[in-house]
Amino acid sequence: MADERRGIRMTINGAPFEGSVEPRLLLSDFIRHEAELTGTHVGCEHGVCGACTVLLDGAPVRSCLMFAVQADGASVETVESLADGDTLHPLQEAFRRAHGLQCGYCTPGILMTLKPFLAAHPAPTEAEIRRALAGTLCRCTGYQQIVAAVRLAAAMLRGDES
Amino acid sequence: MKPPPFAYECPTEVADAVALLAAHGGDARPLAGGQSLVPLLNFRLARPAMLVDLNRIEALRSVAVEGGVLRIGAMTRQAEIEADAAVARGWPILTEAIGHIAHPQIRNRGTVGGSLALNDPAAELPAVMLALDAEMRAQGPVGQRSIAAHDFFAGTMETALAPDELLTEIRVPALPAGTGWGFEEAARRAGDFALVAACVLLSPGTDGGLAARVVLTGIGAGPARAREAEAILAERGWGADACEAAGAAAAAASEPADDPHAPAWYRRRLVAALTARASRRALQRMGR
Repeated sequence: MADERRGIRMTINGAPFEGSVEPRLLLSDFIRHEAELTGTHVGCEHGVCGACTVLLDGAPVRSCLMFAVQADGASVETVESLADGDTLHPLQEAFRRAHGLQCGYCTPGILMTLKPFLAAHPAPTEAEIRRALAGTLCRCTGYQQIVAAVRLAAAMLRGDES
Repeated sequence: MKPPPFAYECPTEVADAVALLAAHGGDARPLAGGQSLVPLLNFRLARPAMLVDLNRIEALRSVAVEGGVLRIGAMTRQAEIEADAAVARGWPILTEAIGHIAHPQIRNRGTVGGSLALNDPAAELPAVMLALDAEMRAQGPVGQRSIAAHDFFAGTMETALAPDELLTEIRVPALPAGTGWGFEEAARRAGDFALVAACVLLSPGTDGGLAARVVLTGIGAGPARAREAEAILAERGWGADACEAAGAAAAAASEPADDPHAPAWYRRRLVAALTARASRRALQRMGR
């Protein structure tokens, strides 16, 4: 009974995706190993680092703290949803220009955290930016450039910067 | 795969979830938001034979104000309460406290009932619900019952719930007119569990004094009233040094232990400072 597999279907980055999974398979592992979308990174696997953050029905969640079966019927967005072909999303472009990443391991989780944050806060203060980043850890400790990248991204998304 | 194998059930009705828990005794665990249980599974510190996932029980997800009483379905996400305008108007201390729970990514999954039923000794929601005199509604195989907050929180990670009982709803009474509130927390980093948090509710008393409720968390086996501080605020809350005296009394009565996060003396000083600060904020919000 415990190893019984379940059929699940969800939308990942706008496309339907089906799988047959053990209930204990984490959503993060489903995304990486079944959907083969390896942009979602797995760091601590206990909800502290934020690297695995994805959008579940539009809201950022830790994909390592839920099971794939729980996302049955849901819409999941990963970092692969951001760029349009070779054209980077303004968030990605801002991180590139402002050197908002070093090793890049934490970046997917940060970008997926920021997408809804900047939609709700188009002109955030520095304090708001830092609070929004508090749930994601960068072990290269490049926070100054990350904050600068968020400011640039906000300006680009507002159309104040191209 | 990190979590150990488990049987998985995903009922859509409360009665079915209760029946599953009853049928499997202590081997089955309810899965609420999973923000504490899934890490334990990933570390294999918890190895339940069965998980009863509550996330598809629609009846447990609701927020309503009826007859002045706030009724929260146990599976309502913390983020939903944080964003609720009626909660912010009527129970702003709850809105404020939820903002201190971890991060938005956690609050989008974490539930009100899950946090209360876990009763982590440094969690915000148990403390606020004790301060607000909330009533917990539970359902077991033989029916429903009501548990007052002061009976519900029974010690570190312990509640009055039986293994086959589910917390279904939290009912929070209206605050008396003119109530002022303060919620102050100290944590090492934004989003961490509290080293210490203080909740203060002050309302006009019958004899020109104050009705005071002071609850502290992070210093022992869970949320606890600081009755010495309450007595000082009730008797002479309007006085110039009453808030500091209340803080000092709360600190003197507290018995925190040394742990890797903070030594006992530091927590005791936090109790004094945060109780005084929350009391001052409560008085300010009363318009004094």
